[in-house]
Amino acid sequence: MRKIFLLLAGLFLINNASAQQSNMALVKGGIYTPLYGIVEQSEVKIRDFYMDINPVTYADYLEFVNKNPKWQKSKVSKLFADGRYLSNWENDFSAPKEFLDKPVTMVSWFAAKAYCECQGKRLPTVDEWEYAAMASASKKDARTDILYNLSILRSYEEPKTFMKSVGLSKGNFWGIKDMHGMVWEWTQDFNSIILTGESRNNGNTDAGLFCASGAIGAKDMMNYAAFMRYAMRTSLKANYSITTLGFRCAKDTP
Amino acid sequence: MKYTHLILIIFLLFSCQENSTIDYQITEIDQLDELSIYQLPSEWKTQYGESIEFKNLKGKTLVVVMIYTSCKTACPRLVADMRMIEEKVTGKKGKDIQYVLVSIDPKNDTPEKLKAFAKENGLEDQKWLFLQGNEDDVRDFANIMSVKYKQISPIDFSHSNIISVFDKHGVMKFQKEGLGLENDEIVENILAIAKL
Repeated sequence: MRKIFLLLAGLFLINNASAQQSNMALVKGGIYTPLYGIVEQSEVKIRDFYMDINPVTYADYLEFVNKNPKWQKSKVSKLFADGRYLSNWENDFSAPKEFLDKPVTMVSWFAAKAYCECQGKRLPTVDEWEYAAMASASKKDARTDILYNLSILRSYEEPKTFMKSVGLSKGNFWGIKDMHGMVWEWTQDFNSIILTGESRNNGNTDAGLFCASGAIGAKDMMNYAAFMRYAMRTSLKANYSITTLGFRCAKDTP
Repeated sequence: MKYTHLILIIFLLFSCQENSTIDYQITEIDQLDELSIYQLPSEWKTQYGESIEFKNLKGKTLVVVMIYTSCKTACPRLVADMRMIEEKVTGKKGKDIQYVLVSIDPKNDTPEKLKAFAKENGLEDQKWLFLQGNEDDVRDFANIMSVKYKQISPIDFSHSNIISVFDKHGVMKFQKEGLGLENDEIVENILAIAKL
């Protein structure tokens, strides 16, 4: 009897785990060189991980705040989200109707992190995000593909892309959608991106060294789009809630 | 997304500027409790191996910096800055002030290591508090103070040098960025904040 119970419990767990990953894509790990790698060790090893296929939508986020009142617009602590948090919501319980299938934005890093934790997930690291985002529809690493880079840059020039609905575009190599051309996305360790901008405030090395390392640190200057994303990340603070910044979650593989 | 061009341009403009300037920022004073770090549920270990939460520090003015003990470049200067600030503040009879050094390297900086570091640097008085957290809580706390850091090798971190001052209610009131230089302004601010 006990064995049967354990078996059932086991099956339930497996079933549950696969259900949780239903909207996620498996990204096979590998070694790659990010735009801003660690100086001594330019290659980064990425383990297998799951990533949400779509950015988190207003509908998803509404469900989250309904269950977690402390993240509702009127209740959120100002320590964790600035005044623009969910500022286009009429009240705590109603996201703008026409936005329900669009990527939720105006959420702070703290809020995005809490959302992912609530789903048993986490925010992707910068390296994971960039690794998954370098894939085109056909290649794992399309960074040398000029047309692919051009299409990303064009999408950056397009205004109001945060008003697009999620899931309509074609998935990339991993099946992940809308990493480019929709919204910027929060990453777990966005505050580890220290570019030359920070040297104004005395990073930790002297000016010459820091500037030089900033330039050497750029491994792939062709990748202007990635450069823009890194510049964006350095400009963020964790309580910022911005119209063009959303997120998606990731998860370790078992 | 057009603004990113602007961000990029601004950032390129400043990228190689002389960095001897100090930025001073004062955060909003209203909404006291909402901005308090006492809401953080995180638990930390002190250099004495005791568990502590930020709310246990209620009623004290906090002067906070993030360091790691194996650091050979900026941290000794940051710690020297903290000591200089402490001496000046104490000289002017600042009361109930806690100097807090939070490790960004919780894997290596155990309470024992922190205690040894405190001893080496002559920071053994009660007013010096060293904290070890878990990696997640350290990142949260760094983000509250807008401190950036990155592990660049197994023993080295790159990080911004920011000293933050919190009032008795746990609300950040003042930040000093940059190493060394003039400490008078932060000292004046600590004294003023301690009186609130």
